[in-house]
Amino acid sequence: MHDLVAITALGGSEPRVDTVGTVTCTEVPGVALASVAARPGQEKKAAKALAKLTGAPAPDVGRFDGASIMAFWTGPDQWMAEAPFESHEDLSEQAKAAAGDTASVSEQTDAWARFDLSGADVLAVLELLCPLDTRKMADGDAARASIHHLGCFVLCRTPEAFSIYGPRSSAGSLHHAIMAAMKSTL
Amino acid sequence: MIIQHPLLGPRDSSEFVYLGDASLIDRPDWQAENAAEAFHDYAYQRANPAGEHRELWFHEGGDRSWLVVTRNTVTHEISKVELARDVARSQGRSK
Amino acid sequence: MTQSNRLSGGQIDRNTTLNFKFDNRSYTAHPGDTLASALLANNVRLIGRSFKYHRPRGLLSAGSEEPNGIVELRSGNRQEPNTRATTAEMFDGLEARSQNRWPSLKFDALAINDRFSNFLSAGFYYKTFMWPAAFWEKLYEPMIRRAAGLGSLSMQEDPDEYDKGFRHCDLLIVGAGPAGLMAALTAGRAGADIILADEDFALGGRLNSETFALNDAAASDWAVQAVAELSSLPNVRLMPRTTVIGAFDHGIYGAVERTGDHLASLPAGKPRQILWRIYSKRTLLCAGATERPIAFENNDRPGIMLASALRTYANRFATTAAQRVAIFTNNDNGHRTAADLYAKGVKIAAVIDVREDAPINHEYEVLRGAQVTDTKGRLGLSFVEVALPDGSTRTLECGALGVSGGWNPNVHLTCHQRGRPNWNDELAAFVPGADLPPGLSVAGAANGALSTHGALQSGAEGAMKALDLKGSLPDMPSAEDAPVSQTPFWYVQGCSRAWLDLQNDVTVKDVKLSHQEGFRSVEHLKRYTTLGMATDQGKTSNMGGLAIMAELAGKSIPETGTTIFRPPYTPVPIGTFAGRMKGKEFHPTRLTPSHYWAKERGAVFVEVGNWLRAQWFPLPGETHWRESVDREVRQTRASVGVCDCTTLGKIDVQGSDAAAFLNRIYCNGFAKLAAGKTRYGLMLREDGIAMDDGTAARLAEDHFVVTTTTANAVKVYQHMEFVRQCLFPGMDVQLISTTEAWAQYAVAGPNSRKLLQKIVDPEFDISNEGFPFMGCGNITVCGGLRARLFRISFSGELAFEIAVPSRYGDALMRRLMAEGEEFDVVPYGTEALSVMRIEKGHAAGNELNGTTTALNLGMGRMVSKKKDSIGSTLSEREGLNEPDALMMVGVIPVSQGDKITAGAHLMDAIGPVDAAHDQGYVTSAAFSPSLDCHIGLGFLKNGGARQGEKMRLVSPLTDLTVEVQIVSAHFVDPEGERLRA
Repeated sequence: MHDLVAITALGGSEPRVDTVGTVTCTEVPGVALASVAARPGQEKKAAKALAKLTGAPAPDVGRFDGASIMAFWTGPDQWMAEAPFESHEDLSEQAKAAAGDTASVSEQTDAWARFDLSGADVLAVLELLCPLDTRKMADGDAARASIHHLGCFVLCRTPEAFSIYGPRSSAGSLHHAIMAAMKSTL
Repeated sequence: MIIQHPLLGPRDSSEFVYLGDASLIDRPDWQAENAAEAFHDYAYQRANPAGEHRELWFHEGGDRSWLVVTRNTVTHEISKVELARDVARSQGRSK
Repeated sequence: MTQSNRLSGGQIDRNTTLNFKFDNRSYTAHPGDTLASALLANNVRLIGRSFKYHRPRGLLSAGSEEPNGIVELRSGNRQEPNTRATTAEMFDGLEARSQNRWPSLKFDALAINDRFSNFLSAGFYYKTFMWPAAFWEKLYEPMIRRAAGLGSLSMQEDPDEYDKGFRHCDLLIVGAGPAGLMAALTAGRAGADIILADEDFALGGRLNSETFALNDAAASDWAVQAVAELSSLPNVRLMPRTTVIGAFDHGIYGAVERTGDHLASLPAGKPRQILWRIYSKRTLLCAGATERPIAFENNDRPGIMLASALRTYANRFATTAAQRVAIFTNNDNGHRTAADLYAKGVKIAAVIDVREDAPINHEYEVLRGAQVTDTKGRLGLSFVEVALPDGSTRTLECGALGVSGGWNPNVHLTCHQRGRPNWNDELAAFVPGADLPPGLSVAGAANGALSTHGALQSGAEGAMKALDLKGSLPDMPSAEDAPVSQTPFWYVQGCSRAWLDLQNDVTVKDVKLSHQEGFRSVEHLKRYTTLGMATDQGKTSNMGGLAIMAELAGKSIPETGTTIFRPPYTPVPIGTFAGRMKGKEFHPTRLTPSHYWAKERGAVFVEVGNWLRAQWFPLPGETHWRESVDREVRQTRASVGVCDCTTLGKIDVQGSDAAAFLNRIYCNGFAKLAAGKTRYGLMLREDGIAMDDGTAARLAEDHFVVTTTTANAVKVYQHMEFVRQCLFPGMDVQLISTTEAWAQYAVAGPNSRKLLQKIVDPEFDISNEGFPFMGCGNITVCGGLRARLFRISFSGELAFEIAVPSRYGDALMRRLMAEGEEFDVVPYGTEALSVMRIEKGHAAGNELNGTTTALNLGMGRMVSKKKDSIGSTLSEREGLNEPDALMMVGVIPVSQGDKITAGAHLMDAIGPVDAAHDQGYVTSAAFSPSLDCHIGLGFLKNGGARQGEKMRLVSPLTDLTVEVQIVSAHFVDPEGERLRA
């Protein structure tokens, strides 16, 4: 076991939690990510391999599915697998083992910073952040959206709980934007 | 503007990056006899129509697909949106 | 001061008294007032001075069309000029000042302009001050700028926050008057997802201004009930204080919500305004209509107002502009004002109606077939002169005159996509044309349905049609349905100083002059006279100007045509467009994995694109940046240095055709690169010019990691996706950016291997034999952490780049510093990085500057002719391969202390210094601690053959001439022995 200590995307040793009104924004460092892109002609096999990994069918356009390991759609024949970091730090290796030559797998764990937004008024915060019609998003919907010039993924866990993935290096700017929106509307 | 992404549905044009004329898909054969001339035309010659125009847009803030968007440059009416990959394949670029 | 002009009734809250100041004088008002209604209630008619002639001016209207009553609101850094008093919602402590006057509103020195009005007429900018030319910039323009103009800026930073937001709906209804409310009720009850936006803080539109009933209730009460019902519907979002400013392509509407302008102070974190982007499937424009004035001599005195505005002030705001009021009208609307004012106890001097058959009233005098020919009163109206049909004249004493020339539908948003309105003869007004923005339809007065019943019905029908609802119309309240037929009457014959555009001071005479001088098309008229070019876009003036031009030209109004409106509907503060994107938040900031550590070390940071990178790390006692940078270079070259190079773009390229794909992307070959090896690659644009460079490391047969320069990372990724999807869609290759995923550090210097050996786990051999120059591979460090190691060098030293998952980057940097202590390890920043790459002669952004080819960069032979790659064909063009083509060279001063300046040009040692004799230029320059002199890289004609030549480096702009010698671009270790050590 190595002895290097990780820091969160916001630079802390503990994840940041902020609450304004009914909405809580939580930094979530405990997540491993791996992109899975099917190779041409292998799309069906790759989807099957992904389904085996997540225990759920490979998600369709704009959706996510799975349990402890889940995956969301990121592009044509391309998905992002997501799992708890503690137990799946080697997620990309597991995904590669499952996919073999049917897909290209790339570790994306630290490419992203995740913030979970939850609470009764979460939609009022989101409408100040991104152009998505988040009122129409249902459990299991995933979409890419631009938030203050940052390319992000927005996942609807429930209509009152969303996850936002943004580029890790800009975690501070993304967090600032989220906090500003929360203070503005709540 | 709103671009009807073939997979993702209506998306704001601010999520896209514009490149230009979709004829950029028709890259000449480097080994052809007239390759120099063909590449010259490919790189520099563009139609600039007031009306329907097929153009390339990149969904930077989305699924990273290149799209061929048929847009009227006068009215901004968008009559067709295709995945550029499919267009390229249908034009025999898969070889 | 008491509110001497308060009337009974109205929709104000008399239980609460608010204090406000106008021109430093204190007054009182009530919630529900606007600044305009409160000023009138306090008998203040004089509000400001006009733009050009500095004439005393008051209010014209009661709404956002106001051209005249514009003031400076608030003070200090919140001072806002050119705010319409008619839309400024009252709050306790409001401060406002009149504009464009000096020394005071009542005595304005520049009112002398009015005496010179002949001289200042239309086109005066074009005709006067022509000579001498130098006087224009120094004298005339500053003078005119001081004399003309409106409010002043605070010149301080706006302290308020502004937000941007996004909303979606099935139906956007613009305007909450009778048509908008009825449309919203119809659509809302049907369950549609709707947004109802209105610029006013009270929804209801003219229902709040009128005394007639809807069913048995007062119109304003019906509006309150309708709003209450709409508020109870979960599918309806009401947006009061929200102006829809523009109709953009494909159902996108811009709307400004004033969330904070009605508050004395904003709570922390709350925005002053929000700019909404509303995505609507369908839109129903219910923007109502604007009353139009009639032009007559001296029609701009404070107290001369639109008749409908007097009605609004009386019925909604319970105030009158004066205790004795006259009306001048060409239609029944003026009579309605007289009746309403009379009912509230205001004396009616007379109703002056141009129609011979005007209705008679027994409570007050109606002068049929009469016209107002002039007015009197220095700072406000006191008398009007009336010409009667029998040729006699009457002088009427009054403090206010209500003018009604009919109504113009508010068609603005219908024009935002170049649609032109149509002339309607019956209404004598422009109505929305056939060419509307797709998805938009129009209802109510905006569509010419000017009666209340007509507006309600058209609103309901509009909503049903827009949403494709089946069935019969909903129950509608009974309402007045007076027939509307407007007989145009634009101006009183014989007048000259009769104002059309009050904000830009354009008179009937100016329009005549424009015609006389040949500026007869509406577009010319507009620009020559500035009619309609003020902040109100001529909402109350365009029609009058058009009508007069049509008459002069002997054409009909539709033949004359009309100008069209542009966004925004009403002025928008710049801050609203900026939103949160200001100052440090103008763009996102990207931090490197070692950022927090570097900050602790006191690093000086530099912005590179969105990244913040450590530029150098000053030590205590170092007073000049060169001291720090020179030390970092020397220490790295002597022992070992570490630099965060995470910012370089990293693109994961996988698939069975990955190598073939890179062969297309790079001009040099990659097919034969073995796994575990790295190669330098140069990307060309299709025109043969260099685009970017970097390395590609082959981690496996089907897996490469490509690096790009920091600046081009995004562009190169786009380009690679273009090549993959559009040019070679048959290839099995997948791309994804991994820039952020890995913290990557350059470890450079003769002791770099020894340092790395202390952290790389022992099972990995990184000796020169086990891990030679340009090697790469997956390793583990510090007891099992996955990492990537590349033996590549930008500095020219024995060097490695090591990458670990970003979250461990901070810890790895600290570990490298701790373990490196015994080697005197030094962290270095982008300056030292740049110095070392110049010393080594590596091209960077300054050299790959969008004009240079592989040949220019000294890499002409790298362009493989055995394969197809982007740019290879056009790179062979004759023009790019002239014998005297620019070649990259090194430049050193002949005299050791002289400085090399980037951007300076190379000239022969003797001969003229001019563009014709230009030999090349310097792109990068630095002080080289290794050579102990300044050095530079640059491009020189036929540079490859000119080593040793002495030349002049000149910069005529800065008067610089330095004697230099041309040398190899590789100043340090030209044979590359250190790299391979």
